[in-house]
Amino acid sequence: MRPDVQDQIISIIAREAILEPAAVHPDMTLDELGLDSLGLVEVIFAIEEAFDISVPFNANEPSQSHFDISSVGAIVRAVERMIAGQAPAAA
Amino acid sequence: MRRVVITGAGTVNALAQDVPGTLKAFAEGRCGIGPLDFPDVERLSVRIGAQVRDWTPEAHFERAQLTLLDPFAQLALVAAREAMAQAGLGKSPGAPERWGAVMGTAGGGNSTVNDAFRTVFAEGKNRVHPLTVPRLMNNAAASHLSMEWGLMGPSFSVATACASSNHAIGLAFQMIRSGMADGMLAGGSESMLNFGGLKAWEGLRVMSPDGCRPFCATRNGMVQGEGAGVFVLESYESASARGAEILAEVRGFAMTSDAGDIVAPSAEGAARAISGALADAGLAADEIGYINAHGTGTSANDRTECAAIHAALGASAERVMVSSTKAMHGHCIGGTGAVELLACLMALRDGIIAPTINHVQADPDCALDIVPNTARQVPVRAALSNAFAFGGLNAVLALSKV
Repeated sequence: MRPDVQDQIISIIAREAILEPAAVHPDMTLDELGLDSLGLVEVIFAIEEAFDISVPFNANEPSQSHFDISSVGAIVRAVERMIAGQAPAAA
Repeated sequence: MRRVVITGAGTVNALAQDVPGTLKAFAEGRCGIGPLDFPDVERLSVRIGAQVRDWTPEAHFERAQLTLLDPFAQLALVAAREAMAQAGLGKSPGAPERWGAVMGTAGGGNSTVNDAFRTVFAEGKNRVHPLTVPRLMNNAAASHLSMEWGLMGPSFSVATACASSNHAIGLAFQMIRSGMADGMLAGGSESMLNFGGLKAWEGLRVMSPDGCRPFCATRNGMVQGEGAGVFVLESYESASARGAEILAEVRGFAMTSDAGDIVAPSAEGAARAISGALADAGLAADEIGYINAHGTGTSANDRTECAAIHAALGASAERVMVSSTKAMHGHCIGGTGAVELLACLMALRDGIIAPTINHVQADPDCALDIVPNTARQVPVRAALSNAFAFGGLNAVLALSKV
């Protein structure tokens, strides 16, 4: 995992969950962080804005959205893959 | 308390620009959803919707009047003209002070807002059309209806998101029943299929990219529509006295609030509204032959609505026919309940049950007779129309044959 991407995502999630970034760990799930469906769409919006990417996510079928939200670490890895896919030169 | 009946119906929606065409489309199970067509649509991630095609406002309005009319008011006026003509009312019967118009809408003049914002933000201009405010205001449709027919009694708009039309029709029903008014034009209208309107919806990530499949295991979201439905409601006595054809009787109405989540629906709140409408109507659950469901095609609504129908109707839920016509005309938001009430009128008058089209695979969480894909011919004596809005506001109407 790229530390800069992970730090930024943890900071976004922490802000949405109203927690200190230090309290958010890669193995935690969004449920454990107390994020509901509206919190989740806000997190995704913030990620899209921060990394200039477009996240394929449909709230009707979160598990089939080709964007793994099963844990904080999974989100970081998914974003890294998207950054790599969209801007390979920067990776 | 007075009995209240419907003597006129009118509509404009993606399926047709009148009631006969819409009912024919319902009976055929036709889908009005297709590629959206308006400026900047290529910048949207979801590009399908149920748009009113071949709309020619000049065919309906003089230029001087048109300049005052956002599309949502145009659709409302044309629908109301059809309803008033069917009711046989060139102008309001009896005392005009005893007639009014109550119209639901969520976005009001949303396309006027979109145009004005484009002008000042995108085009950098420093002035907008001088009539921007009277076009965009939420009460414009109700006001234009009152002006067109000189209705001088209570008129206002109701904004309860996706339940706006049912709240509007329910309030009109209560006003006539209680003696506050003799007759009302009631319904709803919505037209927010424009870049700004849909960009806002995109953010919620609840729209389907490929179609509306209510109650289907493969459903993946709602599809936006636009349209209006308007009904003439009047007291049974006045309708009978002038020999008007009665389309149906409005028997009961209930509204509840979930007081829970701003977007997630609650089966308990929805069930209370269904039970409340039955109680208000004096109808037993086993007397209901058809329910026009809210049935948006989102994962959460359809599952929750089915649980609510089971909770409210008990064993009768096993045999009641339930369909969502949104798969055909899209989700017309503040106008949707009015367009959908037409399916109840068709069930009661013609014994034709509009189907839930696009059905592919049963969902165990939606174990009801959803009348999949093909219309059915079954006599129905009483029907319900459900509407459950964002904000947790629920409104259910009960209708029957007279």
